[in-house]
Parts: sequence; C-alpha cells; structure tokens
Amino acid sequence: MKWEVVIGIEVHVQLNTASKIFSGASTAFGAAPNTQASAVELAFPGVLPVLNRAVVDKAIRLGLALDATINQKNVFARKNYFYPDLPKGYQISQMELPIVEHGKLKILVGEEEKVIGVTRAHMEEDAGKSLHEDFQGLSGIDLNRAGTPLLEVVSEPDMRSVDEALAYVKALYTLVTWLGICDGNMQEGSFRMDVNVSVRPEGQKEFGTRREIKNLNSFRFLEQAAKYEIQWQIDTLEDGGKVQQATVLFDPDSGETRMMRSKEDAHDYRYFPDPDLLPVCIDSAQIEAIRAEMPELPGAMQARFVAEFGVSGYDAGLLTGSRALAAYFETVAKVSGQGKLAANWVNGEIAARLNRDGKEIGDCPIDAARLSGLIARIADGTLSSKLAKQVFEAMWDSELSADAIIERDGLKQVSDVGAIEKMVDEAIAANPKAVEEFRAGKEKALNALAGQVMKASKGKANPAQVQEILKHKLA
Amino acid sequence: MSLTHQDVARIAKLARIAVTDEEIVAVGAQLNNIFGLIEQMQAVDTDGIEPMAHPQDVSLRLRDDVVTESDRRAAFQAIAPQVENGLFLVPKVIE
Repeated sequence: MKWEVVIGIEVHVQLNTASKIFSGASTAFGAAPNTQASAVELAFPGVLPVLNRAVVDKAIRLGLALDATINQKNVFARKNYFYPDLPKGYQISQMELPIVEHGKLKILVGEEEKVIGVTRAHMEEDAGKSLHEDFQGLSGIDLNRAGTPLLEVVSEPDMRSVDEALAYVKALYTLVTWLGICDGNMQEGSFRMDVNVSVRPEGQKEFGTRREIKNLNSFRFLEQAAKYEIQWQIDTLEDGGKVQQATVLFDPDSGETRMMRSKEDAHDYRYFPDPDLLPVCIDSAQIEAIRAEMPELPGAMQARFVAEFGVSGYDAGLLTGSRALAAYFETVAKVSGQGKLAANWVNGEIAARLNRDGKEIGDCPIDAARLSGLIARIADGTLSSKLAKQVFEAMWDSELSADAIIERDGLKQVSDVGAIEKMVDEAIAANPKAVEEFRAGKEKALNALAGQVMKASKGKANPAQVQEILKHKLA
Repeated sequence: MSLTHQDVARIAKLARIAVTDEEIVAVGAQLNNIFGLIEQMQAVDTDGIEPMAHPQDVSLRLRDDVVTESDRRAAFQAIAPQVENGLFLVPKVIE
C-alpha cells in the first residue's frame, strides 16, 4: 500500500528580550542557577504579572511577516498543570484569543514552492529546568529560564514529507532571526520544535492517528526523528497494528522515538482566562508603526534578486538564508556588477569554506569588497576560473586584495594571441598522435592538446582562447 | 447535569486536593449546587454579546523591557526546605 505522510509542527520561539515576559528579571543565558528567578517566577503569594511591551511588539512583527491577522484584542489564559519547574501550578499562555492567527509561510522544496498555513502564534512563558541526574531520589530545580518569553507558532497539518517539514522549520527559523526577534541559538533552546506525524493510505480523506515528537532542538534531529517515526507507523499499520495517539521523545543516541510515560489526565489543562491580566489591546497606530519599521522580508528579497541580478530562484533562496548573507551578496553583486558570478561564488566557494571552518558569514575572512575585486578580475578576463580559485585561496589566508595577489604571484591570465599561438604550435608539433586523432573525428583529442597548452602556460592561458586558436589551426 | 463521585474524585486529583470518600459526598453536593447555578446562567440568551475575558473594561498596561530585578537567591532560598548548589530540591519527578 502507498502511504501519505501528514505533518504539522509547533515551534517554541524564545524571544530575545532583556527581561522576562512578566517580571523585570534578566533572561540572559547561562547564569548561576536561580540567580535570575524573581518572586514572580517563584510564585510568591501576592505577586502579579506585568506584561513586557517588547513581547507584544515582537509578536506583531512576526504576525505581519506571516501576513497574518493581528488580534487587536487578545487574552492570556492559565494552562493548569502541576510540575515543579512551574511553581504557580499553571503556565500563563493564550488559548481562545491568541495575538496572531491565520498566517502563511512560503517554503521552497527543490524548485517547488508551497504555502504552509500558520494556524496561530501565541505569547506564553517558558518553564524552568529540572535536573534529575545528580541527586538521590530528588530533582534539582533551576527557575532562571522560567518566565522567558516564548511565541508558540503552530502550523496547519499542511506538510506531506520530511523535506517539506524541514523546509518549513528552516524558513521559520530564517524569518524569526531575520526579524531580530529571536537569537536563533538552538543549542541554548531558543528554537524548539514539536512535530506531529501521522500516515494515511494514499487517497484517504481522514487523517491517521498522530503521534507528537516533543522538544527537538536541531534540524538534523527533526529529520532523523520524523523519518524513524514515519517508518514505525507504517510498519505498525502494515503489521495489522494500530497507532495510539501519544507523545514521544526522540533519543539521538539510538535514533529512535519512544513513548513518554504520561499520566491519564495529563492533557486536561482546564484553561481559563487569567484574572491577573487584563485583555491586551493593540491600536492600529502601533501596528502601523511596526509595519513601517519592517525590513525587506526574505521572500520579497528573493524575488528582487532574481529580477535585479538574474540569479536563479534556487540561488536566491540560499542567498537569503540570513540577513547578513543577503547583505553580503548584494554588496558583492552591486560593487562587481556581476550578479550571477557573485551568486556562484557566495553559494559556492564562500559557503563551502565557511562550512568547512564552522564559520558564519559575519566571520568571513574575505569581506564583500575584496570578493568584489576578485569577481571583477574574472569578469574582465584577467583570471580564468582556475586561477581565480588559486587567488581565492591566497585571499582566504591573507588580507591582500585580488589585484595584489595577482601582481605578487604573477597569476595574470595570458590573453595575448601571439603568445598563445606560439604555445599552441608547440603543442601541435609535440603531439602528432593527438592531432591525427582529432582530424580523424575524435573530439576528445582536442582537450588533450588544450591541456598541454594550459600546462605549458602554467594554467595562465585564457582557456577559451586556447580552444579557439587550436580549432583554427587544426581546421 | 449532575456530577458523579468519580467526576468529583477526578477534579480533586487534578487540583491536587486530597478528599476522603466521605468528603466526596459533601463536596459533590456543593459542586452540583454550583453547576446548578451555571445551568441557570447558561439558559440566558447571549446571542450577539461579546464574551467577556475580564470583569473590568480596561486594557492591560505594559512595562518597558528593562531588567529591574537583582539576584535575591540567598533570601529566597533561606526559606526553601532543601537546596543544593543553588538549585531547589524537590521529590524526584520524571516523565
């Protein structure tokens, strides 16, 4: 039987505010345990939550970027459950009236575009951390993280493959870091994903029973976990079994998902509007002020790169992976006047080198101005692509400009017809066999001859000219 | 509607309130009285009325995003039953 995969994703995006959502305690990561837990996070009697304005502004930014409805009146609710990392006995979240609803996010899978619905995004507080390993029969509780502002972004079950799921979370990640509302540090838990997976026989209308993989903090884990879960569900169904709705955890060591032990009443959260917090009212002027400050978004920038610089849609997608990368490319494209070459170099050599060295574009040793200088020398024929790579290597490990390296190492491409003709004549004289083969119709023999000329020129001869002159002489 | 003793036991468990079998009878009667009142309220025609999230018709005041709290861990932990290395210790909980 052919199976269709259905995936919906919830992402907890930590907002990069200085202070917590409901108190003036710091949100800085890595402080000593409980040194950033105020009376509000500790749920001392009589304390009251006071909402952080920046949380609302950042939620509006995301709402606008997702082309969503901003609910100008939205309401906080209590989600009730008992767990020591949340001393109040409830999490302040939003239920019936979240701040953002009905958004959409465009993803690119290969060359194919798809729009994923975003059901809602709501404001809530993060919980603390429990440490179970170090204490006999006890758990240690650190409430520094409690009260860190989160936006929970919930998608529609619109994804039909792991590739689409990955494209969605990556597009959302790009967007929240692009908007400057999240620091994007996945190791520190700034972007945590819950993935709902089900399968159904192809053509069936109703969804299959889903299982939710909780708390994934890397794209690689998401991919591994979703693939494993899909196969597990298909195997279970094909063996005549049934999938029970459940919450599962992914174990990176075994690569498997396993059921969480959960109590039967765990999901009865008994939401109700939080009487400690009045409805949040957002006036239109505030939304318009935020709209006016919005940066150009990745989708719009991709379209512009295609139109303005003639790059492919695929390249434009890669180039808008982050705002810093997009700005780097745009500078190179404009200064060098060579959009396509700039895209090839930024997505090719630069990306590969950064990846190899584990660096981000902000740490790139070759700045946009120096790369533009290199590209200009390729465009005007001074450098062959082979020589350009040689110059690039030298630039990566020095502060020198392309011109300075070309000068220093004598790497100028030889385009002098006389000089090339001389080398071609020598190559023809020295390789009668190849000449004979070419004349007998073996096109490949020409490459052997061209190779000899390139070797004689130490790689500096203009390859296009070499080919041309060779053909002319052998005609 | 009328709550069964099972319903009452479940509500008590969710709220982490210990009730004995005898108490369940009394608590059940009280809860049923409350539900009776709710039933009366639900009979009122509320078509076209916006649901109320808060009894006061004012909107929430917001604060600026500024750190105003300092570290008061020592004071807070002075009244905690058990602490170690800055962590609050609680009976083991693991999912």
